[in-house]
Amino acid sequence: MTSTTFQAGSPIKIAILAMGGQGGGVLADWIVDMAEHAKWWAQTTSVPGVAQRTGATIYYVEMLPESDVEAAGRPPALAMMPTPGDVDLVVAAELMEGGRAIQRGLVTPDRSTLISSSHRSYAVGEKSARGNGIADSNKVIETGQAAAKRFICVDLQALADQAGSVISASLFGAVAGSGTLPFTREDFEETIRRGGVGVEASLRAFALGLEAAANAPAEPARVSTEKPSPEVPETASHPRIRKLLDDLRQNFPAAAQPMLVAGLRRTVDFQDPAYGAKYIDHVRALRKLDEQYGGQAKNWALTTAAARYVAVAMAYDDVIRVADLKTRAARFERVRGEVGAKADQLLYTTEYMHPRVEELCGTMPAPLGRWVENSKFASGLLGRFCRKGRFLQSGTLTGFLMLYALAGMRRFRRSTLRHRIELKSFEAWLRLIEETAPVDYDLAVEIVNCRRLVKGYSDTHERGESKYQRLIAAAADLRGRPEAAQRLRELREAALADDKGTKLDTMLAQELKLAA
Amino acid sequence: MAERSFKKEVQQLRIAPGEEFRGEGILAVTKGLLQSGVSYVAGYQGAPISHLMDVLSDAQDILEDLGVHFEASASEATAAATLAASVMYPVRGAVTWKSTVGTNVASDALANLASGGVKGGALVIVGEDYGEGSSIMQERTHAFAMKSQIWLLDPRPNLESMVDAVEHGFQLSEASNTPVILQLRIRSCHVHGRFITKENKRPEYTLAQALDNPERDVSRIVLPPASFLHEHEKVNSRWPAAVEFIKQNKLNEFIDGDLSDIGLILQGGLYNGVIRALQLLGLADHFGNSRIPLYIMNVTYPVIDDEVAEFCRGKKAVLMLEEGQPNYIEQNIATILRQKGVDAALEGKGVLPIAGEYTTAVMRDGLQAFLEKHHPESLPVIDAPAPEPLAPSAAATATATATATMPAIEEDGDLAIEEDHPANGHAAHANGAPTVIPRVQPMQVDQVARKPSVQPINFQRQVSELAQVVPPRPAGFCTGCPERPVFSALSLAQEKLGEHHIACDIGCHLFSILPPFNLGATTMGYGLGASSAAAFNVPSSKRSISIMGDGGFWHNGLASGIGNAVFNKYDGVIIIIDNFYAAATGGQDILSSRAANKSRSTNNPIVDAVKGVGVKWVRVLDRTYSVSKVQAAIEEALTTPEKGPKVIIAQSECMLNKQRRLKPQFRAAVKEGKRVVKERFGVDPDVCTGDHACIRLSGCPSLTIKDSGDPLKEDPIAHVDNTCVGCGNCGEVAHAAVLCPSFYRADLIHNPTQWDLFKAKVRQRVIGLLQSRRSQRLNQYSF
Repeated sequence: MTSTTFQAGSPIKIAILAMGGQGGGVLADWIVDMAEHAKWWAQTTSVPGVAQRTGATIYYVEMLPESDVEAAGRPPALAMMPTPGDVDLVVAAELMEGGRAIQRGLVTPDRSTLISSSHRSYAVGEKSARGNGIADSNKVIETGQAAAKRFICVDLQALADQAGSVISASLFGAVAGSGTLPFTREDFEETIRRGGVGVEASLRAFALGLEAAANAPAEPARVSTEKPSPEVPETASHPRIRKLLDDLRQNFPAAAQPMLVAGLRRTVDFQDPAYGAKYIDHVRALRKLDEQYGGQAKNWALTTAAARYVAVAMAYDDVIRVADLKTRAARFERVRGEVGAKADQLLYTTEYMHPRVEELCGTMPAPLGRWVENSKFASGLLGRFCRKGRFLQSGTLTGFLMLYALAGMRRFRRSTLRHRIELKSFEAWLRLIEETAPVDYDLAVEIVNCRRLVKGYSDTHERGESKYQRLIAAAADLRGRPEAAQRLRELREAALADDKGTKLDTMLAQELKLAA
Repeated sequence: MAERSFKKEVQQLRIAPGEEFRGEGILAVTKGLLQSGVSYVAGYQGAPISHLMDVLSDAQDILEDLGVHFEASASEATAAATLAASVMYPVRGAVTWKSTVGTNVASDALANLASGGVKGGALVIVGEDYGEGSSIMQERTHAFAMKSQIWLLDPRPNLESMVDAVEHGFQLSEASNTPVILQLRIRSCHVHGRFITKENKRPEYTLAQALDNPERDVSRIVLPPASFLHEHEKVNSRWPAAVEFIKQNKLNEFIDGDLSDIGLILQGGLYNGVIRALQLLGLADHFGNSRIPLYIMNVTYPVIDDEVAEFCRGKKAVLMLEEGQPNYIEQNIATILRQKGVDAALEGKGVLPIAGEYTTAVMRDGLQAFLEKHHPESLPVIDAPAPEPLAPSAAATATATATATMPAIEEDGDLAIEEDHPANGHAAHANGAPTVIPRVQPMQVDQVARKPSVQPINFQRQVSELAQVVPPRPAGFCTGCPERPVFSALSLAQEKLGEHHIACDIGCHLFSILPPFNLGATTMGYGLGASSAAAFNVPSSKRSISIMGDGGFWHNGLASGIGNAVFNKYDGVIIIIDNFYAAATGGQDILSSRAANKSRSTNNPIVDAVKGVGVKWVRVLDRTYSVSKVQAAIEEALTTPEKGPKVIIAQSECMLNKQRRLKPQFRAAVKEGKRVVKERFGVDPDVCTGDHACIRLSGCPSLTIKDSGDPLKEDPIAHVDNTCVGCGNCGEVAHAAVLCPSFYRADLIHNPTQWDLFKAKVRQRVIGLLQSRRSQRLNQYSF
């Protein structure tokens, strides 16, 4: 009988999860190079291929001391892929990739250190959702805490940006800072130097990553998804605004005040203080209704929802507002910051605008606008201008003056066709809320929230508006039926499922059948 | 110009004999070719073989120094036919491609080659794109080897074994007058490892010598009656010669183990995984010492009957580890055992999954099942409760919940275990010594075997909940990709004219099938976009649309797609996407590339070829980013009364390559103080309303979302991040689809001229004045 002799020596196993372009391969190569220079036997492999085109992939490294190899007298047989439950160090270049590592079983509480950058790079599914499709980061953070022996979760992308480098360098730093590999800081830094590309920036990012990982809290902080609500200021400099603010503070429930502040700011910014006063009055009417039908017990749900959507409805998106926003000094500054323009560089922006006949008519005085819309000849003539998208250079005199003049039409806004149209829809909405609240308070709140669908411009606006109208019609039908609010909420979610509202229509048809 | 440069790495091909080579598997294979005195190399790129082609391309000088001819073939069929040079002459040739797709394309030539046989060594190196990350149908090259009788090598996945396989491959081919396929798995191609080199050899017989002394031998040509004789030759002389060579040179390996009444038979390529699986069960170490005897088939076809019988004789049971299906080898071995009267039980796809990748975990579980059945005493005793019932998604990751004790291995009597290795630096070095498993008795199973959960009970549930959170990341078009606007335009055209039947093709453009575009119904093979719509050539209210890339076009689409459409008076629309490179495979040059390539002829326009085969209706769009123009062309093609194929050639340079080309030039210009303009796009956050229609029509990685920071806006808004390359697609889409006015292009002028500065000053004065007027009005109301 033969005998079997086992040799001592067990590799350190490292899995790196990265998306295409994040430099996962660079990181793996660095680790291998560092190990080999420190007299370790290292192997890495990966499955690049299409995964590199925006997909995600795993790089896998194993290494063991060459002294073990010498003692064994033969080269090691290292694995080509990570085995769930058998990985010492998992490095994820993005938070959801960290989640994927846990999902794949690579992270185990008895063994694995998990280093994950806490930043998010949204997947196409999250980005293309009609509402908010962003996945819950805290689920990954909580699970990482349970799944890993040690979980280091810091924003390594931000640190890389700060250093003017790429995330592979800050990840390499975090690996060093985690203390999971038996190499010194010099070993790490020498590896970067040997690479010879962008050395200084890489070393800066490395140092930041190392620092962050070494000082990372034992329990990573949760990501706050709460929107910070505006503070309610004590006072304002302009007397009219001060009066409105006092009114707001004295006559409205505290729960609704922050949203009212945001709404007041928006409506004043959109038009003028008088318009802001009108806004407060509209919400006041709904607040009264709220009180009358038990809002106090429901934390003033109706008033709070109304504070948001009355403002959104009143400060609709029109050409005048767009021109105004695009010509402001603050906007010019913001763009400079966004593209990182230096003082000695010039910056010009070109605006992509594609108004339709409806938008042009909307800015005309109502009777004229209506006439043009109804006249085949006139709208045809205008239509010619609207066939193509326009490029406007907002930094040149012609472009700027055009937009500036358009923004100046604010003072005539109340008489435009668009304002009439918006007003009509707005009033109908308010009436429906007023009629519904006495019958079904919760349904009334949902009706307020349906306004979420009306947004955007041109085609987008039209699609949203048409879905909104369908919802509002359904809301009127639902009144008096059991669980009407719940039904309407479901319908609203269905409306966000696709562009044309196909799912909404299907559900509406079912609703009709139920009613019959 | 390929995506990745190997200029630095290929210098390793010159290192002196006896020195250690360190690098990627594919580079080692190239070294192996040079060590074998190869005369010519050809191939067609495709993962994981792209790197090999790129390496060869970058090693052109070294190849020339050695007198080796290298060609980038038009297709895998071309590459396979190139091996015809070794039929009459003693020249060694190697060709390479991605399998099984490339082997499908090459099979006609391969079958002819195998029938007549070869005189010089003919080696086909295939990159088996199978398992995780694969982009193709999951099939086996093995079937091709069997049907054409070509020997198949599947070496252990380390550099030394792979280089040996190259050298032995040529010898085997010559010894048996049969072409040989060397199959490399995807991870082996990219594995970083080391081996000791030998000297590079010049070819013993060159192609020039062959041309100067032409030979012909009718008996080697596939025509009756020779072809009937070939079939007999194959089994009567070539097969036995191959078996003899394989046995004599010990290409397959036998590893002894103390559990000698059982055994494992495995494909060489699975070796490292099998060793790890055994190690996890406490039955092997990390150096390939196994308690169970192994028969490693570095040659997976032909199966050597004697070796199999010798290995299995006297054993209770053997397990065949064979990846992929059908289980050709297992069937073969069953026949051998039966015919040779060996009564060892044969296990294979019964304890292992029939299909799918044989990952370490899969093989560990299979081995465990095998041992439970045939040698349970060799397994660690698990004396713990049954695993927690889990949600299906978590089940894959969960394993036995147990801490158990290994049976004292010494009880087996003949197992020597090296005692705890003295602190060898590893343990002393490592913080918390992450992985050192001291070799002391008794071993804890959880140190070596399947990881039991010392996890909180709720952990697995949490993991299964992650499935709802962690989003899939389908591959998609790169930032600034010129193909994206074509599909945006196609989406918009369909919105207007209704949904159409769309036939897709292989290439980057196939990402149109995935979100956010969700376009396309079929993909039948490289360059077969137009062909796969051929049947839809009947009168209808809607024409069919097919897509083809420039790579596919030259691979075979010109004849099989365009030529076929002209000949059959096909009335549909064919969109050819010309991005100046074979982009999906890594940006290699092709006939129509615009780059100047000193060793190839480029700049041969697709439109000339299309017109040359008789297409009358052709539209060339030289800027795909003009979404509305592309849309108009598509709409025209779909509605024109003109009959016959409507071909639209949409051309713009692959952005990945363009950036690689332009970025250094731009940086240099800035440094030199030249006036240069950098463009990028942005979204005005206060104008954007968060509907994301722009994202649904674009899908650019740099077009993302962020929190609005506005309490009135519930939904996140669109945002262009710093990776934007300023292609302008998002703005064009917003224009064409009449979306919203929130997009802007920012032109950043580096090193402005005096005139620029003067204009800016004047503008700033007027604009600044008007802006401050308006800010004043707003500021007085601010609170």
